[in-house]
Amino acid sequence: METLIDIKNLRVDFALRSGTVRAVRDVSLSINKGERLGIVGESGAGKSVLGFSIINLISKPGKITDGEIIFKGHDISKYSYDQMRKIRGNRISMIFQDPMMTLNPVLTIGTQMMETVLAHMDVSKKEAEKICLEKLTKVYIPSPEKRLSQYPHEFSGGMRQRIVIAISLLTSPNLIIADEPTTALDVTIQAEIMDLLLELCKTENMGLILITHDLAVVSEVTQRIAVLYAGKVVELGLSEQIINNPQHPYTQGLIQALPQMAGGKKRLNQIPGMMPSLLDMPKGCPFEPRCTICIERCKQEIPILKELESGTQVACFMRNGANKR
Amino acid sequence: MFAFAVKRILQAIMVMLIISCIGFAIKHNFGDPVRDLVGQRVTPTERAEIRERLGLNDPFMVQYARFLGDAVQGDLGQSYFFKKPASEVILKKAPATLELVLCSAFIITFLSVPLGIYAAIKPQKWFSRFIMGSSIIGVSMPVFLTAILLIYVFAVELHWLPSYGRGKTVCIFGWWDSGLLTLDGLKHLIMPSIALSSIMLPLFIRLIRSEMMEVLESEYVKYAWAKGLKPRRVWWVHAFKNTLLPVITVGGVQLGIMVAFTILTETVFQWQGMGSMFIESVERSDTSLMVAYLVFVGLIFVLVNTAVDIIYGLVNPTIRVAGRK
Repeated sequence: METLIDIKNLRVDFALRSGTVRAVRDVSLSINKGERLGIVGESGAGKSVLGFSIINLISKPGKITDGEIIFKGHDISKYSYDQMRKIRGNRISMIFQDPMMTLNPVLTIGTQMMETVLAHMDVSKKEAEKICLEKLTKVYIPSPEKRLSQYPHEFSGGMRQRIVIAISLLTSPNLIIADEPTTALDVTIQAEIMDLLLELCKTENMGLILITHDLAVVSEVTQRIAVLYAGKVVELGLSEQIINNPQHPYTQGLIQALPQMAGGKKRLNQIPGMMPSLLDMPKGCPFEPRCTICIERCKQEIPILKELESGTQVACFMRNGANKR
Repeated sequence: MFAFAVKRILQAIMVMLIISCIGFAIKHNFGDPVRDLVGQRVTPTERAEIRERLGLNDPFMVQYARFLGDAVQGDLGQSYFFKKPASEVILKKAPATLELVLCSAFIITFLSVPLGIYAAIKPQKWFSRFIMGSSIIGVSMPVFLTAILLIYVFAVELHWLPSYGRGKTVCIFGWWDSGLLTLDGLKHLIMPSIALSSIMLPLFIRLIRSEMMEVLESEYVKYAWAKGLKPRRVWWVHAFKNTLLPVITVGGVQLGIMVAFTILTETVFQWQGMGSMFIESVERSDTSLMVAYLVFVGLIFVLVNTAVDIIYGLVNPTIRVAGRK
């Protein structure tokens, strides 16, 4: 399998007045061509920052302070603004969380689609329009010719997200980063959008990074899952393995917290405690304060990812056998 | 769009009715027109007769209706001082004021947009800090002080520009005395228009900057970056068009206010426009002229705001649809 993008020891820091927030800490991930990877974690775990850092579009004052992002043989994290611009929306496109906010309210759908094509491809306006219509058909927008001259407010939320997906397809990218693409939509539409995304990734052979906190969604769409906790990958493996046989106590907690796991109880299961503040990290394992199986060593050392026999990588002393030294 | 325009025009007519009512009420309760018209030697019986003939004994509403009927035909009553129709006096003075306002509006538009946007997109640069700093000074300096300072520096000390009057004017369209077509007229226009714009300009720079900064933080601008568009396109097409919406609204009101606020500038520069005419008419208790001025300025105010609302509808597609329904 050919590697599409290889993230090595990525570190993203936010230098705030109150201290440096380490939003992403030593994350290493790689995605093969056409592979779909899910990034799961609770709010504030650094999922979105990780997604945005790939195209170097982190909100200020966030910055990549260490690590590499190898894409097509080049470290794009060191790219200049203009070099990066040619990758964004061209080779790597993004789908944002809330389609109500993503599209510019004062520009027509046509303008917003065409500009993307014209920014990256050397085509005439007529050809660009043809590409736009073709992609709109792909996301099942009825009568696309009429749609080009319409404004975002004339569409429903689900339709808008389809349009955003169509925009992300325009330049036939190698990778799509979808940052919680269905969170803002209602449940019936969610499934439609996910199915569409899955279908398109398969037919166009595109890689997908799906950032979500919805384990049910991620297990259906992606082949592998990375579980993020406090800016670190704590578990990484095949989706099936992670859902059916989670290793890290945090992943186990997440899966226990799913409604279907409550099993007739009145209350849902939950993980006690809160994620530590990114300004004030514990010295050892970041999950240790909430962990039910922690040992003394967890307070002192940060566990690193180790591969288990099943192929799953997990960062936990109790699971990866490192404590049996 | 048509329904929207009609609705706005109907609203404008309502506003004009209210303005004229207030204006007429002032005139009605302000001094005795008969005493103003005739001398001391007229006997009380003759006065009563004149009163009856002029319809001054009729109820308020009847008189107001008569005033309205005349006003619609362009007759705003006689100026007691000039012994001429008030509308004629105003139309004679209006070009001076309108040219001054137009020129100031020009200065404001062409400086505030680039400066405000620059300060928004490069807030850290020293030039932005300079713009923001000097705009504070501009806002806090009263117009007459700015005007006197300008006169002192450029007329008294440097002898570059004339300090008062309109200079040479050319008559166009048969009645419009324009100072815009002669070099002398333009020279005379420079300082008054700078003085008049000295408060609004910094205000607009600050308004555009803060609106632009807010828009730059929005999701759709972030999405525009993620699409790999060129910075110019993101700033001018995606961000600026949205910045314009509130600026247009404020701009319309301010333009109207500026017509009314030429009074100070016109007094300092002895600019023979409506502002100085109004001050004189107050001094001479020329109530007819005062009311005519009030109605005329009100008319300009309403016209500008209606035009602005219609332009706003053109820029903002959401409004346009609301009007179509």
